[in-house]
Amino acid sequence: MSLEALYQEILLDHYRRPRNFGVLKDADVHEHGVNPLCGDEIEISLKVENGRVADVRFQGKGCSISKASASMMTEAVRGKSLEEIREFVDEMEKVLKGEKEGDPEQLGDLEALKGVSKFPVRIKCALLAWKVLEQGLERAGGGTGEKETT
Amino acid sequence: MIQTATKDASGRLLPVDTIRKAFPIFSSPEWRELVYLDNAATTQRPQRVLDAIAGYYADSNANVHRGAYALSEKSTGLYESARELVGRFVGAPSPRQVVFTKNATEALNLVAYAWALPRLQPGLQILVTQMEHHSNLVPWQVLAQRTGATLAYVRVDDSGHLDLDDLRQKLRKPTLLVAVTQASNVLGTLNPVARVVELAKEAGAAVVVDGAQSVPHVPVDFGELGCDFLAFSGHKMLGPMGIGVLVAKEERLEEAEPFLYGGDMIATVDWHQSTWNELPWKFEAGTPNVAGAVGLAEAVRFLQEVGLERIAEHDRALTELAYDGLAQIDGVRIFGPPPDERVGLVAFDVDGVHPHDLATFLDARGIAIRAGHHCAEPLMKRLGVVATARASFYLYNSPDDVEALIEGVKAAKEFFSP
Repeated sequence: MSLEALYQEILLDHYRRPRNFGVLKDADVHEHGVNPLCGDEIEISLKVENGRVADVRFQGKGCSISKASASMMTEAVRGKSLEEIREFVDEMEKVLKGEKEGDPEQLGDLEALKGVSKFPVRIKCALLAWKVLEQGLERAGGGTGEKETT
Repeated sequence: MIQTATKDASGRLLPVDTIRKAFPIFSSPEWRELVYLDNAATTQRPQRVLDAIAGYYADSNANVHRGAYALSEKSTGLYESARELVGRFVGAPSPRQVVFTKNATEALNLVAYAWALPRLQPGLQILVTQMEHHSNLVPWQVLAQRTGATLAYVRVDDSGHLDLDDLRQKLRKPTLLVAVTQASNVLGTLNPVARVVELAKEAGAAVVVDGAQSVPHVPVDFGELGCDFLAFSGHKMLGPMGIGVLVAKEERLEEAEPFLYGGDMIATVDWHQSTWNELPWKFEAGTPNVAGAVGLAEAVRFLQEVGLERIAEHDRALTELAYDGLAQIDGVRIFGPPPDERVGLVAFDVDGVHPHDLATFLDARGIAIRAGHHCAEPLMKRLGVVATARASFYLYNSPDDVEALIEGVKAAKEFFSP
């Protein structure tokens, strides 16, 4: 597996100029996560309206893979319902682990992350943002009325 | 600059081409071209060591210390002469003071559980330096939690040296032991252990030395250090994985409780009580790693034939090349003291290139380095970084390896920078 297959230009672009970088002040969800193995840190803030992601930001320290993955993720999840995102996170985990090909149309820029599946030690880097988003959604599930049945 | 430095270094370098021939990995089709710079994690092994291990199983294999037959006596003889040789290598006065363990970590845990645990109580202090590897830190953390003893840290200054004034200050409190590494696996710093021992002795504290990064690279003499305990690992000095050593003062071992109980470590066993075997077997419960000890002894012979002084000089020449070459790259920050005060390793970071990206990038060029926290998370906090890259050298590395590293770092910087 060549270096260029892992570090595709589009991935490096997201690393050098991360999209949606920062914190949302009036976010409904703030979620923080670390990768204890390499010390990477990420914080994701989400604004949810009518069960859909209205806005999202991330910030943190990390390698090119974890940063690019987070940056691409923020672009991919905007406007999606929480349910759709949950499915998407599952799908991405399978794609990053090389268990599934994934739909190129749905993946968009995220397609560039697929090379990671050939570098086992770096899969965790790519998954960090997605795991943190998932945690945040669990919380949002309890905070946006969806699960408030009692 | 590098050219001149290479010229300077040449008189101090070992005949690397000849040495590499002794290591099968460097002639294997898969790894022939490998630039292996992760020797602080584990070293490669010469064919002689592999042969010694296979040879032991082929023509000397029997359990030790039991059989009343010639084969068992042969096996026992090999095991015990390995102990003598390895002990002498680090200046142990007697083989009674040399305990085989599975690695340095187990040796340090042995000190923690067998000697320190029964002696710790609230009001007593354990002093650990800020540059310890987790193996000489976490056991003490746990013991402090369990006994109510205090855990305190000896400061490391910004240049990567141990702050001896801070040590002196902290030793004013009643202290059972000081845990110190002889050479830092991150900073490379060679600590003035003999001085630490002097100060500790004045305060009535014992000293536990982690020799995992020093014993393979510089001449170490247990008697000269004056410490109570010295731990090291076989696999970081050309020996096999799964064999480590604890060298200790005899009185410390005598007063310690066994760490593991079972066969071989007993003198007599009755229904409700037992008595313990003599030193060092009191601490070696169960069938030991005889082949590991035999392999380690062969590794020690190899190191002795090359000569530890010459290895130290070779390491230092390469470290100077790496240090100077890396320091000239814009955006590279090197951690720890200058090359003449360290063992053969350099930890650094590169502005704009995460250590993990650097390691992956270099790997694609056939260069193996370590990236991460190097099992020294508190030290990473002290340095204000989450991870660093680390290149570590040994007797089979050449100036070309260092050159490949430096060129690789330059290329990585270009690749990842905007």
